[in-house]
Amino acid sequence: MNDLLLTIIEVLIKGMVLVTFILLGAAVQVYLERKISAFIQGRIGPNRAGPFGLLQPFADVIKLFMKEDIFPKLAFKRFHQFAPVISMGIAIVVYAVIPFADPVKITMADGTVKEIVMGVAPNLNIGILFILAMTSVGVYGLTLAGWSSNSKYSLLGGLRSAAQMISYELSMGLAIIGVLMICGSFSLSDIVTHQKGWFWHWNIFAQPLAFIIFMVSSFAEMNRTPFDLPEAEPELVGGYNTEYSGMKFGMFFLAEYSNMATGSILLILLFFGGWHLPFPQEWLGLQTGSIALGIVQLAVFLFKLLAVIFFIIWVRWTVPRFRYDQLMHMGWRMLLPLALLNIAVTGIILFII
Amino acid sequence: MDLFEIIFYFFAAIVLVSALVVVLSKNIMYSAFSLLFTFFGVAGLFVLLNADFVGITQIMVYVGGILVLIIFGVMITTKVTGVDIKEGISGKLQYAGAGIITLLTAIFLSLMFINGKWITGSSTDVHATIHQIGTLLMTKYILAFEAAAILLLIAFIGAALIGRRKA
Repeated sequence: MNDLLLTIIEVLIKGMVLVTFILLGAAVQVYLERKISAFIQGRIGPNRAGPFGLLQPFADVIKLFMKEDIFPKLAFKRFHQFAPVISMGIAIVVYAVIPFADPVKITMADGTVKEIVMGVAPNLNIGILFILAMTSVGVYGLTLAGWSSNSKYSLLGGLRSAAQMISYELSMGLAIIGVLMICGSFSLSDIVTHQKGWFWHWNIFAQPLAFIIFMVSSFAEMNRTPFDLPEAEPELVGGYNTEYSGMKFGMFFLAEYSNMATGSILLILLFFGGWHLPFPQEWLGLQTGSIALGIVQLAVFLFKLLAVIFFIIWVRWTVPRFRYDQLMHMGWRMLLPLALLNIAVTGIILFII
Repeated sequence: MDLFEIIFYFFAAIVLVSALVVVLSKNIMYSAFSLLFTFFGVAGLFVLLNADFVGITQIMVYVGGILVLIIFGVMITTKVTGVDIKEGISGKLQYAGAGIITLLTAIFLSLMFINGKWITGSSTDVHATIHQIGTLLMTKYILAFEAAAILLLIAFIGAALIGRRKA
């Protein structure tokens, strides 16, 4: 029972740290988004709140908290209030199975060595399946938000988001299967461990087609440009969140940025070697399981994460939005057959080797 | 009562209460939405029984696929086409029919529960189930697997045929 209590306390502490970092990460992403978009468009961007405008995202959040929470008269009240909770909750739950570094060994006061895993439940056997299942639940937040607002723009946005996410989930799942066949495991930790050593062990070199399919589909799953049809401003005012205001809108906003981080993390874990350096980490001369190595791995992970997020933002301010039929055409007629082909080719090659 | 039982009754309560809401609610949207919690409760029970793969598949297939379809149907029929879905029971005959079917199902389930050969194992030896499931599907249950694949292919072709038909 004592062990159980300790485990519960450990998970609670890790969970709280993670949630704090997710929310702070959203703030960082908002800042980066505004600064990079300003750079691309030849503007200065936020520069009033704090040095270099660093406090701007916090000012944004305070503004959202202070705003009046407007509630449409004809909306379905319960669903309208519950939809942001689903979006936000699902966006955070996904982090439970994500590993951030190799386990760190800590010597306790009584001399016993305790292994601490970096993540809440990173060794889950079905980690990647859990994430896929949860993203498919995430559809409900957007759909319910669109439907319950009782507005044409919201409904269209919600329907679009549901259709888009269901379509691209397929090619995303099928693209991952190629990686799973090579690594032979559903566990995210095992997939990362499989890619350690030199950078040509990374899955992006073994599965380039799967990488491209996964990247495009995850852009669509994140509702990011060029696939942000659920919130296409010129056509839908604001999409599924048109009728939301105040912190309820803020929660959709946070969920979107949290999903963006999840997509980037998956891209890193599956294709870019996770927390591994581009060369064998034995060269650093650090013991496996030491705290120093853990810190180095976390730093590498964060660096890769920032690089991918920069890329995503860069794409958003460079590529124009797709038309709806083009989106469906691409999902069903290009990505899906390509993903199936990738699985077949991978199977044949694995069989020959 | 140990922790295992507490968690079991927690999930069982979720399943039962949400299933009752599905049946008894007058608002069809509440019914459809309550089904979400039923599926999650069942998935929780599966995970509690060390069937992690079955639990997550339950969420992927039922919550991510089937329920989305149901909620879509409910949403679009009531709001876009303006047709009201009849809710509730409108006659004596339905009561009788529902009662008989419920009674028969209850008897069938009880018989299965009493006479079934249940495989019992200790709840402590947790190991990954995916590998075994994959091996069994490809060896012992290959016929069932292929039959399911053919069924899916037929459904796929049918969907493509309907989708391509010009209105």
